Amino acid sequence: MIFQPAIIALLLASVISVAMLLAAAPFAIQIIRHWDIASGSERQLQLERRTYLFSTLAMFVMATQLMALMLFVFNADKMSVMFVGAMCAVGTLNVNAWGFPALIAQMAVFFLAASWLAVNHVDTRAPDYPLVRIKYAALLGLLPAVAAVLWLQLEYFMNLRADVITSCCGSLFSEDTKGLTGDMAALSPVPAMVAFYAAIALAFATAAFHAQTKRGGAAGYAVAATSVAAFVAALTGIIAFVSLYIYEHPHHHCPFCILKPEYDWQGYWLYVPLFAATACGAGAGAVQPFRNVESLRNVIPQVSARLAALAAAGFLIFAVIATVFVARSNLMLIET
Amino acid sequence: MIELRDVKKAFNQGQHNEYWALSGISLTIEARRVTALRGPSGSGKTTLLTLIGCLARPTSGRVSLHGRDISGLPERFLTEIRRKTFGFVFQQFNLIKGLSAMENVMLPAYPTGRPHRELKQRAEALLDRLRLAHRRDARVEWLSGGEQQRVAIARALINDPEVLIADEPTANLDTALAKEFMAILESFGEEGRTVILTSHDPLVVESAAVNRVVDMRDGLIVEP
Amino acid sequence: MTVWFEKQRHLIDFTLASLIRRKGRNLGLLFVYTLLVFVLASVMLYTHALRHEAAVILEGSPEVLLQRLVAGRHDLIPPGYIERIGTVRGVQQIRGRLWGYYYDSVVKANYTFMVPEDGSVAKGTLVVGPALERERGLARDNGISFRAYSGQLFSFTVAAVLPQASELASADLILMNEGDFRAFFAYPAGHYTDVALSVANPKEVRNVANKLANLLPDSRPILREEVQRTYASVFDWREGIMLALLSAAILAFSILAWEKASGLSADEKREIGILKAIGWETGDVIRMKLWEGGLISLTAFLVGFVAAYLHVFRAGSPLFEPVLKGWAVLYPRFDLVPVIDGLQVATLFFFTVFPYMAAVLVPIWRAAVTDPDAVMRA
Ligand SMILES: Nc1ncnc2c1ncn2[C@@H]1O[C@H](COP(=O)(O)OP(=O)(O)OP(=O)(O)O)[C@@H](O)[C@H]1O
Ligand SMILES: [Mg+2]
Repeated sequence: MIFQPAIIALLLASVISVAMLLAAAPFAIQIIRHWDIASGSERQLQLERRTYLFSTLAMFVMATQLMALMLFVFNADKMSVMFVGAMCAVGTLNVNAWGFPALIAQMAVFFLAASWLAVNHVDTRAPDYPLVRIKYAALLGLLPAVAAVLWLQLEYFMNLRADVITSCCGSLFSEDTKGLTGDMAALSPVPAMVAFYAAIALAFATAAFHAQTKRGGAAGYAVAATSVAAFVAALTGIIAFVSLYIYEHPHHHCPFCILKPEYDWQGYWLYVPLFAATACGAGAGAVQPFRNVESLRNVIPQVSARLAALAAAGFLIFAVIATVFVARSNLMLIET
Repeated sequence: MIELRDVKKAFNQGQHNEYWALSGISLTIEARRVTALRGPSGSGKTTLLTLIGCLARPTSGRVSLHGRDISGLPERFLTEIRRKTFGFVFQQFNLIKGLSAMENVMLPAYPTGRPHRELKQRAEALLDRLRLAHRRDARVEWLSGGEQQRVAIARALINDPEVLIADEPTANLDTALAKEFMAILESFGEEGRTVILTSHDPLVVESAAVNRVVDMRDGLIVEP
Repeated sequence: MTVWFEKQRHLIDFTLASLIRRKGRNLGLLFVYTLLVFVLASVMLYTHALRHEAAVILEGSPEVLLQRLVAGRHDLIPPGYIERIGTVRGVQQIRGRLWGYYYDSVVKANYTFMVPEDGSVAKGTLVVGPALERERGLARDNGISFRAYSGQLFSFTVAAVLPQASELASADLILMNEGDFRAFFAYPAGHYTDVALSVANPKEVRNVANKLANLLPDSRPILREEVQRTYASVFDWREGIMLALLSAAILAFSILAWEKASGLSADEKREIGILKAIGWETGDVIRMKLWEGGLISLTAFLVGFVAAYLHVFRAGSPLFEPVLKGWAVLYPRFDLVPVIDGLQVATLFFFTVFPYMAAVLVPIWRAAVTDPDAVMRA
């Protein structure tokens, strides 16, 4: 284990998140068992008051996970000097088998928490709180996910050994590497660009259409699906060509180095709108299963349209920023 | 406009000190009239007002507003209705110390997100109407009892509610001020606002401004 | 959207007004909060500055350094070694270095005498570090004498003073001519203190080091990247230990924050009751209180951080220099070059604002769920 402030901070954040959800769990079970919106009994009033606490807690946990996610990557990048062969976050994450799973789990928790908040938001718009039981069952489901993040981080940090020789972005994201990351890097720029812009344009168009028409169901799911697809395509595009333009180097495909101060933190400008847009798009999908609930008939189209509008805006901003980075670069990948 | 059917309210339900403050009230309150609740101390007048004004939910029974059942609504929605429909004047005035008269008047509108300028204009107009324009920047604890009450009335009106609810509005006022309050009340009646108030004070209950008096005792309505 | 912004603005307005109204109550907490940020930020800025200094030094140091050991102790490199090293494949540049320590009994401090690579110092002159400039009141063209270990007195003139890019390295440094050096320390001709090498392919550094160790069994190759790693983890570890010790303070602070947030005064409780009665929703009150926590945190963070910055970089961190520097005895005094690191600010945030917000969450909620009808029964 490497004893380091940022690591302690990350573990602290995870421990507090788990502890909060754990402390809330018995009350969530009470809500699931005793909720009765029609009753004016004092117990029901008590339970209703509790729901405010849970919304606030969930919001807090989500915000924490988001900040922890950034700190995690940031810290991995900084720690790369400590490992032989590591040049950026990739090398640090590769020091043992837990690094990337921990990162992915943290991202997953962020998107899950965002979806929960979307469902929570529509539920509190209907006077009969129709989704209370589902919501609190889902909150209980979030607990193991957050606990898994804590466990993966612990495993990862406990098994960090400074004498390990690790492989970094140069080999993980190289055209010659076998496997997914290598394939992503090996995409030649023109098809990668086409796929990148097409997927983002599709996600943007679907979201914008849904935001305009407010027609529910299929369109809402489509927003979620195209958002996730655009997320994947965006990451692929960053690896395949956007990063090259930022580094002005024809073979450096790393999606993490762009977060480094040497490159003016340009990565954050890309990732923040991308993550926000994907979270909103996923949220628009997450509320769709409930669109036929009587009291939500009017609420869900509005909320999911709003989320879709935010997603559309996020993807647009992302695409514009990526284009600016490409256009500003001195690197020429495509002959003109 | 407001209809109560067999409304009951218990405190400390299920505990040894359980107490039924209202034990079955059915009542219709008409719009654009001034209704007064009268009864001995502890008869449940304040409790009834909190149910009518969406400050609390009945333990059982139904409350409906404009035909819509609101008795089962969670606090979030009750608050929204309350903010739009009801304005409150409390016995102790309940102004927030340390803030100016103006700020106190604007408080209920903060959660609505109305633009600050618009709020300020409306608050100024209300203070002006209640002859308090010159005191608008004074802190409320420096104001006299009568002035404080007028600030409280202005605050109750900032969201332009249909119904004004006043609990013992004259209990802390001398006769002259109480009369003045009744005059203000009368003007609301003429304006077409619904007013519901409670009082022990004969000056209030027997005043010409009051259209209807409801008598209460032990959590029940006493038919005359 | 505009409604949302307008609403937040109203909430902030109200929060600010009530914070100012209850100055006395909030000042105590704010003071403790700021103090916590100040202490933690000082530790972090200080260690980071040291780490940075070390990195700057290492940046300029050779990729591989070869020392000869005799009975486990550092000894001179005899003639012939340099040629033999030259036969190892992959070695690009070889340079024998000359340096040594000198104890100056006048100011009771150790200096490092060194011959620069480029041999740019003329015979009879010296280039001195900023610490010497301060301690001995030296300036350009001043004369200075040192008594060598042999007892002989040597006189020099100061040709220049080194800039303060990284004082940790250069503070006590004295650069001199090779001939002067050999004469002053009575160094035998052809001998060197150690050998610096550079390697053509950075990936080959380890291989080259292995070959050297085989070729010259009495020598020890030191790799720059290894030193860098050791330094980084030593500094991180020290910082970590400090933080672990300070975690008790963080915990105490969180408990204080919880207490403060739960122990609302009767006045405040009444106020929240009034707000709820006149149309504020539980969520509005929670949001207002969160803004309050946010504003307090922001103030404490900014003030504490700026104070720590001044403490470390302007005042020379008088409060815990002895604890953290460890080797401070070597250096009479030196100034750190100000550096701020984003990761550290983020980490600091997690150690202060995050526990605070976590601690006040439940008390805020408790206060916010006051019954709206409570004020009617006052
Ligand atoms: N929160 C509470 N818990 C327990 N009992 C309560 C509570 N609120 C009110 N009561 C009881 O309910 C009864 C009715 O109270 P309420 O305040 O409605 O009377 P009221 O008619 O307004 O009296 P007054 O004229 O003195 O204001 C009283 O006996 C009171 O003690
Ligand atoms: Mg009463």
